[in-house]
Amino acid sequence: MNDFIAARSQMALSLGFHIIFSCIGMVMPFFMAVSHLYYLRTGKPVYKNLTKAWSKGVAIFFATGAVSGTVLSFELGLLWPEFMKHAGPIFGMPFSLEGTAFFIEAIALGFFLYGWNRFNKWFHWATGVLVGVSGLVSGILVVAANAWMNSPAGFDYVNGQYLNIDPIAAMFNDAWFSQALHMSLAAFAATGFAVAGIHALMILRKRNVEFHSKAFRIAAIFGTVAAILQPLSGDISAKDVAKRQPIKLAAMEAHFQTEKKAAFVIGGIPDEKNKKVNHAVKIPGVLSFLAHGDFNAEVKGLDAFPEDQHPPVAITHYAFQVMIGLGMLMMGLALLYFFALWKKKNWLFSRWLLRLFVIATPMGFIAVEAGWTVTEVGRQPWIIYGIMRTSEAVTPMPGIVYSFYIFTAMYLSLSLIVIYMLYRQIRMVGTLYDVPEKDTEPQNAPA
Amino acid sequence: MIYVVITFLWASILLYLLMGGADFGAGILELFTSRKNRRKTRKTLYQAIGPIWEANHMWLIIAIVILFVGFPGIYATMSVYLHIPLTVMLIGIIARGTAFTFRHYDAVVDEMQYVYNKIFVYSSFITPLFLGIIAASAVSGQINTNATSFADAYIFSWLNLFSVAVGFFTASICAYLAAIYLIGETKLVPDERQRFIVKARSANIAALVSGALVFIAAEIENVPVKNWVFGNLPGILAIALATASLILMWYLINKGRSVVIRVLAGFQVAMILFATTYIHYPNIVVLDNGYLSLIEHQGHEKTIRALGWALLLGSIFILPALFYLIYSFKRKKV
Repeated sequence: MNDFIAARSQMALSLGFHIIFSCIGMVMPFFMAVSHLYYLRTGKPVYKNLTKAWSKGVAIFFATGAVSGTVLSFELGLLWPEFMKHAGPIFGMPFSLEGTAFFIEAIALGFFLYGWNRFNKWFHWATGVLVGVSGLVSGILVVAANAWMNSPAGFDYVNGQYLNIDPIAAMFNDAWFSQALHMSLAAFAATGFAVAGIHALMILRKRNVEFHSKAFRIAAIFGTVAAILQPLSGDISAKDVAKRQPIKLAAMEAHFQTEKKAAFVIGGIPDEKNKKVNHAVKIPGVLSFLAHGDFNAEVKGLDAFPEDQHPPVAITHYAFQVMIGLGMLMMGLALLYFFALWKKKNWLFSRWLLRLFVIATPMGFIAVEAGWTVTEVGRQPWIIYGIMRTSEAVTPMPGIVYSFYIFTAMYLSLSLIVIYMLYRQIRMVGTLYDVPEKDTEPQNAPA
Repeated sequence: MIYVVITFLWASILLYLLMGGADFGAGILELFTSRKNRRKTRKTLYQAIGPIWEANHMWLIIAIVILFVGFPGIYATMSVYLHIPLTVMLIGIIARGTAFTFRHYDAVVDEMQYVYNKIFVYSSFITPLFLGIIAASAVSGQINTNATSFADAYIFSWLNLFSVAVGFFTASICAYLAAIYLIGETKLVPDERQRFIVKARSANIAALVSGALVFIAAEIENVPVKNWVFGNLPGILAIALATASLILMWYLINKGRSVVIRVLAGFQVAMILFATTYIHYPNIVVLDNGYLSLIEHQGHEKTIRALGWALLLGSIFILPALFYLIYSFKRKKV
């Protein structure tokens, strides 16, 4: 492994973990706030218990999301100093605003976690909502910064110089809206399905059924609504990518030759040497329609671009297939769930539906990782699309490979501990949370 | 607008040193607490920093964002030559933040606590140690941009007597701040309070000793620290005021004026930071063959303007909320 690959791997690893920690940290406060609202409205202790149980999850994921985010803000410089030297002043605007949003989130979380029985109950509830809202805002801002790398804006590039910098224009680049929408919905769908799946498993095992049923319903509604909206935002993204980064679209679909009435390729094994896809299902005209809204439109293939600008086709293609496939499965399950809600009351907690949710637990996050791979690998070899190559941005310091090993070990152990802790939280539900009102303070709860 | 941005940069470094520092210091104190008192100390410590520790940590993010948005060249240079200590500091930050959260949110209290505690106390020490090393390496002219060997470019830029001495100095200042802060948190528990008073004194002595070591190391490494601090009137004044307040502090520490001693400790640290940065201004990184100046290496005008506004607007939201948070959890202390 050379230093360049090591730097890319370390960045991918850090982002890959951060994206999961921060999605959960961003979405779970909303579940918590909904449950809290039910409690304030109905006074049922089960909702208070649920709110407290979920707030533990929020605290854990906020902390891991925050530290992994801190690491990333340093890694941008540690691994890509040449990129940051030029890009920092241009795309830094969303980061400076994100600092504010994140700060507010940290403050609001302090109020919420330690504020039980200290403040007016509606003020306390509002701080919980604020945790969610400011988390969502910081997520959108960070994605806007990433979108700039795909769609550089807000400066003129003349003879290697970055002139006429306009940080506001850079923030509102062409890609920010579609990327932020897609990512936010993905976060809601992934977290909703993951949380619902875990509670579904507990219901199936007949543990604290009332507690887990309430939890399941709140999480499932968030997840399923997002999963149904997601294909719409996917369509917006596809049209956007077709316009801005046709080469990425070509790689996503392993679309080697420019053609009219281009086929949508499902599955298949891209053969980069002979420039074709084997064993794929092809639906004629659909790619043209998805990209340009017209079945006969011409879709640029990889052949329209010089070879040295091609992203790794196979990885991008597989990742895209995984994302779409899982997205479709989740949407299908969501529709089924709504049908159950509407039609048959006795379906709702039928074992087969719950089992489907259990199976779907990891799907959203696998789709998130796959989608992120499409965006990032599909942009290669560029770090700033069309302007700066990733290889030009890497740090001159040798030995990055050791840094990669250290960070890998650290993130793996961190994830194992988090999983272990969540497992213990869930196992302890009966003792800590699903108990009569007066005993709801767990012993090690903050004072 | 550039001055607004520089002020925010300096203020966030100071606030990180004060609030984040007290936070790190709490972990260092725990490291130096005898086993029989450790449980009690841990509880005091948790009650004191639990609600605000996430916010304390944010000042570092603000500082780093200001640096990479407003002064990208400086950020890039530091990132390259101080890669190793920055990485160690990051690992410390990750280990510390997560261990702190884990030990309080783990649903089961068992032997895992031992692991979390160990990680917490050691990373609480390592992080400010490396923070000090990074700061010292940035200003002491040890970064050699023309170095040809790996060791010269990436190791000796920070691994030298002077930087390490400043690292220990920083860590002991953190412990000192934490102890002073915690004296005020233990009003109703006399024996615990007495222990923090003792800790504050020993941390203070540690800071003075390591401060003296900094001067000795500076002589050996030819870093003109003496000039920085005593070569100009504002520097002399700042140090004189800090010394005077230190004497007052030793007198007041037993008297139970917790607010006064907190202000004094904060003042001393601010003065030390002032004295050591005043002479360098506007230079933030001193290389072996020149300076990186905040004025000369600022980002484009529009960027600085936007950044300045973002900081001003942000502080309108943040500062009142932060004060209210601290106030709320001070008010009803048990």
